[in-house]
Amino acid sequence: MTKLTKEEVKHVAHLARLALTDEEVEKFTEQLGAITEYVQTLNELDTTNVEPTSHVLPIVNVMREDVAEKGLDLEKVLLNVKEHENGLVKVPPILEEE
Amino acid sequence: MNFETVIGLEVHVELKTNSKIFSTAPNQFGAEPNTNTTVYDLAYPGVLPVLNKNVVEYAMKAALALNMKINQHTKFDRKNYFYPDNPSGYQISQYDKPIGYDGWIEIEVPEKEGRPGYKKRIGITRLHMEEDAGKLLHGDGYSLVDFNRKGTPLLEIVSEPDIRSPEEAYLYLEKLKSIIQYTGVSDVKMEEGSLRCDANISLRPYGQKEFGTKTELKNLNSFNFVRKGLEYEEKRQAEILMSGGVIKQETRRFDEKTGKTILMRVKEAAEDYRYFPEPDLVHLVIDDEWLERVKASLPELPDARKKRYMEELGLSQYDANVLVVNKSISDFFDEMVKLGADPKLSANWLMGDVAAYLNAEQVEITETKLTPENLAGLVKLISDGTISSKIAKKVFNELVKNGGDPEKIVKEKGLIQISDPNVLLPIIKEVLDNNPQSIEDYKNGKDRAIGFLVGQIMKATKGQANPPMVNKLLLEEINKR
Repeated sequence: MTKLTKEEVKHVAHLARLALTDEEVEKFTEQLGAITEYVQTLNELDTTNVEPTSHVLPIVNVMREDVAEKGLDLEKVLLNVKEHENGLVKVPPILEEE
Repeated sequence: MNFETVIGLEVHVELKTNSKIFSTAPNQFGAEPNTNTTVYDLAYPGVLPVLNKNVVEYAMKAALALNMKINQHTKFDRKNYFYPDNPSGYQISQYDKPIGYDGWIEIEVPEKEGRPGYKKRIGITRLHMEEDAGKLLHGDGYSLVDFNRKGTPLLEIVSEPDIRSPEEAYLYLEKLKSIIQYTGVSDVKMEEGSLRCDANISLRPYGQKEFGTKTELKNLNSFNFVRKGLEYEEKRQAEILMSGGVIKQETRRFDEKTGKTILMRVKEAAEDYRYFPEPDLVHLVIDDEWLERVKASLPELPDARKKRYMEELGLSQYDANVLVVNKSISDFFDEMVKLGADPKLSANWLMGDVAAYLNAEQVEITETKLTPENLAGLVKLISDGTISSKIAKKVFNELVKNGGDPEKIVKEKGLIQISDPNVLLPIIKEVLDNNPQSIEDYKNGKDRAIGFLVGQIMKATKGQANPPMVNKLLLEEINKR
């Protein structure tokens, strides 16, 4: 069984844009590690001849016709928005260039 | 050392559906910010996607038009990433079972500087459906988000690394755009973002099998910028390799002002997206009947149309190529021919004066006062000798600005060509009487004198004299003297 490493926790936290303190990294490595180890119990099963499951429901093709309906009113959209400008949602600057 | 260039293109096409891919919000360009969203698009807790059937239909149509095979059992996957353009924290896309795979299109590279022209098939690896993200605008010290675009249905079309030059890349894009335009599933307007392109490029020494390290180019906002960005990157990479350096795998942005590419970020690895099957959507099974129905609904595509123009209408390969590239021009041409206008003459007008006007005004033919009826009318007036091509230009200028019936314009403005010898002869005689020197010059073997005299006659008739008739009568008259 492989153990979850601190590096992996830091990496996943980065992808989720979470800033973790050293103590948190320590704590989550242990807690998340316990979960992944438990899930690894599944590896004991022999699944050689079992098709991978990508969906549990036995139904297919749930679709709707291409009919548009008026969207939410702008004031409703902005109800849960902290800051906005001319109907646009204001967020911290995004710098793509390094 | 000489390097071989290897290019792969990733094209995103926004579909022209009424509603979004997973919600009922209108799919519309240019609406007021944040007015085309639903709770689903804003990722409120508990919301669920419902697939728009038309998106599947359009995706199939595009895939079939690109000679692709269809995965009749397909599904959606979740691509995780955190970015302010997408409040759900993931994009619903297709990962290992794209709806279309293994297709191709053919490009024709024209002859250039002694290198002969050639035809080439460019493979298309896959075509999949996904949702677009919101649009980010960058302010000073902050960014602004418009979620109208979130959930716009997209097709991602990925080429094989078969492209060997920036020019081939340009031609591939032109052809791809043309085919998609013919299917009618997208506006494919780069200026509105309904067609977007990223390019991967690497170099390798000729003869080497493995690909070199590639860079990805973004912010390519026109086909010309794609070509220019790739040309710049080709040179940049060659210089690094020649001086013994290594290419880093990175994303670079094309800067329109300087024509250079600038480092954006070191690329995240695919596993960082932690793809997994989308649990909120069930699988999609396309039965043979649905597939056949979509196949049958495909319109005539550019290659077939080109063949028809050459074989049935006698157009040259060049003319046929130019006409079919733009669907609205090609449709216009077809209508003109149906109305009885001469194909070659119609083609000349569309590729000449009409194209020049559309270019100068930066408009589509459908936005002008020209109609297949009035332009066909004009062409017929030229064919039957009612007006000269010189006069036709005058009538055209009137048509393109104000529209109307060309026959009426010709009559009202008194522009009908004068072919009657009884009208022309007195004018010719007068011009000759006034220019004895030219007659002498002509008799002394100076043919140029004829040109001068014809010019004088055209001037006297305000350009309405029938040129072949003038030539004939003038020679007869001059030889009598």
